Amino acid sequence: MAITINGQEHALPDDPRVTLLDLLRGDAGLTGTKKGCDHGQCGACTVLVNGMRINSCLALAVTHDGDEVTTIEGLGSPTEPGVMQSAFLAHDGFQCGYCTPGQICSATAMLEEIKAGWPSDATEDLEGAPEITGEEIRERMSGNLCRCGAYTNIVAAIREAAGEDA
Amino acid sequence: MRPFDYQRAERLEHASQLAADSETLPLAGGTNLIDLMKLQVETPQTLVDIGRLSMGEIAEEGEGLRIGALATNTATAAHPRVRADYPVLARAILAGATQQLRNKATTGGNLCQRTRCYYFTNIDQPCNKREPGSGCGAIDGVARLHGILGTSPQCIATYPGDMAVAMAALDATVEITGESGERSVPVRDFHRLPGDTPEKDNVLEPGEIITAVTLPAPVSGKHIYRKVRERSSYAFALCSVAAIVDMAEGRITRADLAFGGLAHKPWHDPRIAELLVDSEPSLALFDKAADLLLEGAQGYGENDFKIPLTRRTLTAVLCDATGVEA
Ligand SMILES: Cc1cc2nc3c(=O)[nH]c(=O)nc-3n(C[C@H](O)[C@H](O)[C@H](O)COP(=O)(O)OP(=O)(O)OC[C@H]3O[C@@H](n4cnc5c(N)ncnc54)[C@H](O)[C@@H]3O)c2cc1C
Ligand code: SF4
Ligand code: FES
Ligand code: FES
Repeated sequence: MAITINGQEHALPDDPRVTLLDLLRGDAGLTGTKKGCDHGQCGACTVLVNGMRINSCLALAVTHDGDEVTTIEGLGSPTEPGVMQSAFLAHDGFQCGYCTPGQICSATAMLEEIKAGWPSDATEDLEGAPEITGEEIRERMSGNLCRCGAYTNIVAAIREAAGEDA
Repeated sequence: MRPFDYQRAERLEHASQLAADSETLPLAGGTNLIDLMKLQVETPQTLVDIGRLSMGEIAEEGEGLRIGALATNTATAAHPRVRADYPVLARAILAGATQQLRNKATTGGNLCQRTRCYYFTNIDQPCNKREPGSGCGAIDGVARLHGILGTSPQCIATYPGDMAVAMAALDATVEITGESGERSVPVRDFHRLPGDTPEKDNVLEPGEIITAVTLPAPVSGKHIYRKVRERSSYAFALCSVAAIVDMAEGRITRADLAFGGLAHKPWHDPRIAELLVDSEPSLALFDKAADLLLEGAQGYGENDFKIPLTRRTLTAVLCDATGVEA
């Protein structure tokens, strides 16, 4: 049983109680992913599993046997930040930074979801292609709370990253 | 979290065999079960992981659609047939939780998600659902999210989900497999009222696994899911209405309605369609529909507001569906 994290294979824990979040921060030593509520409510623990964003605090590591996980460390480094990381820097999309890794992982997946044409609660025409509007971004990012209230700049950063990407 | 034994089911029969044990629970997306295990509200000795069984398919079935028990909420809401022919279902799913949660949440797990009653999720409080006979903390306590229809002196909890409310309006069917074979149950009859046994949320027997939900052939009409909540996103329903309403020659020809946030199950009252169908829409008619719906309604202090709120929400939805000015 193994799991791939940012391209590297890791053994799965013997204790099935270990969440994916605790595996990442513990055994794998990747402390970029944060623990906020530990109950699926805040989004600080958001990572990508096979490209889909999930709350790693509500996932048992053993259930992810064979899966590919990408964390904030896999999206870029301090010297070579990824597109979304650069946009958050350029727009001050954070204050204390605690929610930021989750925001960035979430936003990265979100742009792919819009590209894939998945609707959201803010999408008016369910059958049309969703657009990248402020309203769409706010609804789609509602699972990532920011206690510093950096929301305005987070939305601006995501808009920029979406533009660069387009 | 209490220690437990983890088993991965290789076949469906294997899963129902294991789950027949009263100390064993099936694990799908885990977004509700893992949460409750952390709180020690659920303390199974064994988890049988059904996540790798091939039950994720969404496929045409006759003119209808069969949604596998392991189809994620995301996959269902994004499915072209669901968006085109069952928009009330796509809307209900998208109004629930967050994208991260919907990516994990499954059809079966969503149907079986447990109540959000604050006493149920706090093991230091009395709760007949969690610990039969310990009393109901909510009935004289904090009851903002709680039920106004079909409650009992033992439990006033609500079924918190959105997806199943739309499925009840659509008259979908739950497909179930157990050790003794297969059976199907209408979504409208899948959840129970609490009565004297609030520990039982639904009609599943030990060892029974949901394999799919089948939607009947699509029907014409306007599809609406209106969810009233404490904030505009990412909150459970105080009250929700799923509606499929059609009109011809100034009269209502279809009024399939179901309600969330009001009871221990998605609420469906056949008398409402009987009243509305063949009538000319008007505010007076909608008021009568609300009278029928709320006939036996009872508030518990903190949730008294749900009675007028439900009346207004139903009226707003029917106005929207029929073009009557509010
Ligand atoms: C912060 C937060 C906000 C949320 N907001 C909403 C909301 O607004 N609206 C809403 O509708 N939901 C909401 N949810 C709930 C979410 O939709 C459910 O947690 C999810 O749908 C459960 O699906 P799952 O596959 O993860 O189930 P699991 O957690 O795996 O299982 C839940 C239950 O179902 C049983 N089960 C699972 N699959 C089967 C099966 N095939 N057969 C028999 N039993 C089965 C399990 O044994 C368990 O008892 C929210 C959840 C969180 C954490
Ligand atoms: S309302 Fe039901 S779930 Fe809540 S405390 Fe009472 S018995 Fe428990
Ligand atoms: S730590 Fe996972 S959602 Fe808050
Ligand atoms: S930057 Fe502090 S919580 Fe978001």
